[in-house]
Amino acid sequence: MREEIITSGRLNPNIDPFLQIWHWHIPLYLFLGGLAAGILFFASLYTILNKENKYPGAVRRAPIIVPFLLIIGLTALFFDLKHKLYFWQLYTTIRIQSPMSWGAWTLMAITPLSMVWVAIHIREFFPNWDWKFSILKDLEAFFIKYKKYLAWVILYFSVILGIYTGILFSAFNARPLWNTSILGPLFLTSGLSAGAAVIILFSQRKKERINFAKIDIMLIGIELFLIVHMFMGFLASTEVQIEAANMFLGGQYTAPFWIFVVLIGMILPAVLEFLELRNFHIPAVIPVVLVLFGSIMLRFIFAYAGQMSRWLY
Amino acid sequence: MRYAMAIDTKKCVGCSDCVVACQTENNVPIGYCRDWIVEVTDGTYPQLEIEIRSERCNHCENSPCVRCCPTGASHYEAGGIVTVTHHKCIGCGACITSCPYDARYSHPDGYVDKCTFCIHRVKKGQQPACVAVCPTKCMYFGDLDDPKSEVSVVLKKRKYKTLIPEAGTKPHVYYLI
Repeated sequence: MREEIITSGRLNPNIDPFLQIWHWHIPLYLFLGGLAAGILFFASLYTILNKENKYPGAVRRAPIIVPFLLIIGLTALFFDLKHKLYFWQLYTTIRIQSPMSWGAWTLMAITPLSMVWVAIHIREFFPNWDWKFSILKDLEAFFIKYKKYLAWVILYFSVILGIYTGILFSAFNARPLWNTSILGPLFLTSGLSAGAAVIILFSQRKKERINFAKIDIMLIGIELFLIVHMFMGFLASTEVQIEAANMFLGGQYTAPFWIFVVLIGMILPAVLEFLELRNFHIPAVIPVVLVLFGSIMLRFIFAYAGQMSRWLY
Repeated sequence: MRYAMAIDTKKCVGCSDCVVACQTENNVPIGYCRDWIVEVTDGTYPQLEIEIRSERCNHCENSPCVRCCPTGASHYEAGGIVTVTHHKCIGCGACITSCPYDARYSHPDGYVDKCTFCIHRVKKGQQPACVAVCPTKCMYFGDLDDPKSEVSVVLKKRKYKTLIPEAGTKPHVYYLI
């Protein structure tokens, strides 16, 4: 039998025997960023469509958690940096070819915008809120007056944020599992699905909950379609990508991926949401938690498996 | 000016002198290496072929690490040498992930580190430390744009390959076969 045995004398920490440079920080941030993007997308979309009063859970209530999600995500990113005191170097330059640079600047834009959005809807939670200073009151009036424009800007940035969470991985040619353009749309869809699920939790109206359950089922369907086509693409590609796909088709990531992400995180919540639409009584929190679980597992599994896929040895 | 290295796999005996020379010259932290020896045994027993390679950063012409760096810390120096400016590096790890050769590592001080082709020596007209110490003289270093340089001459005479050219990186370390 013809064999090839490769022995390498390199044993650099976190590089060998396989790459482990990114730990829990990156997938956690990708999950929080995707979820934030999902919530903001629906909030701004329904504002633009003049359906604010029909869907107050999406427009006014759910976005309250977005700044917190983004701040926790950014903190995780900061802890991931190994040369922390130099993090400000990110904001001294714009590098079009670097996904990290895109992400840094997108977050710089969307984090304050999400805070403005929460601020102009703060009375939903605190009816007697008073901004105390006249300049803040003027600012609030200004943003409320131009709320539609604000919604357009947020809609735009939320899509960039959602897609970028996938592009961060897919722009790396060196990791064959990540090197597929489907990862951007897949992570965006997953983020939108997680966002729709959280909106169900925040919504107080049955009609709104039903609407978002329908949206969620549709998004899960798109996700499954994208996953199938991702593997189809891998298997029709080069040897390194076929090997990468095989980690999920019989290899060590087969059980975690198909059970935790696809079965428990997508198919099961979709079935539960469908039963709910058919008037079965299912506590809303169950499918929501399952969708969030699937969404976070998708990113964790892809982050770790991707680092194991390689070209050389 | 395009600096490149050619390494003769027929002459290399895998003694690791280049590895130690680099670690000493560049103060590489203990437990890390910027260059390393790879041994590939290929064939059907007893017809086996062995190839020994001294590997390092390929100083690619189309470097994924330079492209993905969010701060510009990873950059091309004159002559196409890829280096990292320590005080600009935030240690995000993007370049480490982007390198198909896994030639980079995170220095214990936080910044990302790798082979520099011993640019501090090259600027003084000296050869990189690994090339200078090689006891079998299996490494050649020089400017590809200069037809008389050691590396240009040997690449004209011999058959060679680069590592995973299909990754599209256009490596500047050539292996004579």
